[in-house]
Amino acid sequence: MASIMFILFSAMIVIFSILTVTSRKILRAAVFLLFVLVSTSGLYFLLNYQFLAAVQLTLYAGGIVVLIIFSILLTSHISQKFESSGWKKNIFSAIAALTGAILCVITILDYKFSATSQAAQEVNMRLIGKSLLSVDYDGYVLPFEVISVLLLAAMVAAIVIAKKGAPKTIGSPTLNQE
Amino acid sequence: MNSGIPIQYFLILATMMFFAGVYGFLTRRNLITILMSVELILNSVNINFLAFNRYLYPHKLEGMFFSLFIIAVAASEAAVAIAIIINIYRRFTTINVEDVNEMKY
Repeated sequence: MASIMFILFSAMIVIFSILTVTSRKILRAAVFLLFVLVSTSGLYFLLNYQFLAAVQLTLYAGGIVVLIIFSILLTSHISQKFESSGWKKNIFSAIAALTGAILCVITILDYKFSATSQAAQEVNMRLIGKSLLSVDYDGYVLPFEVISVLLLAAMVAAIVIAKKGAPKTIGSPTLNQE
Repeated sequence: MNSGIPIQYFLILATMMFFAGVYGFLTRRNLITILMSVELILNSVNINFLAFNRYLYPHKLEGMFFSLFIIAVAASEAAVAIAIIINIYRRFTTINVEDVNEMKY
């Protein structure tokens, strides 16, 4: 059962991620990206990380894709097609990507992964919350605080950058003159 | 748990997703599609972290928290990038990378 689901999810991920980067219509590319992110969350469920799968669904599939679709609607026509970038660029990029992929796959297949014999730890919400706020050796309170400051900074920065500048004041040049 | 699926399959899957993102990053001209390629790359790294954590160190939680933080960074990056893109569109009325080639205003 698990292997069938894995095959399904991985086929969806591979097909739709290639379609995301090759589709000529921008809105379709965004929807394909949504499919990729949802199947990734299915993979997380398969690996028994329920919390992270839920975060993936809400934050990536719900938040980022909606943000991307909004910005697409704000900046381009829905039915607009890209002109194809030159075949030379396509071919060289494909060669670079394929070479990297083949090298990585060869290395992965060559390496002997050694699993530990330790018992698996059950990941539940209580454990996640306690680890996030613990200052012990296994605690993550410092990255948690750093990430919260980063989120605040990103929020303020997004507002400051995207807001329409006030009509020209002395000493503070605005980003747009109209 | 983990019945039958070797860890290599997860890693190969993440590799293909990563290099699809790299291909898109190199060929695309539109800023939003470049951003989408970057999201693909970040997402494939998350799969790697979780597979390593589940298969090789199942008694720890490092990989899970690392991917949690990567998701947070990706979200803030997308928010700031889209703000910049909308501002660029207001200024140049296009988001094609080849037409946006001056920083001075």
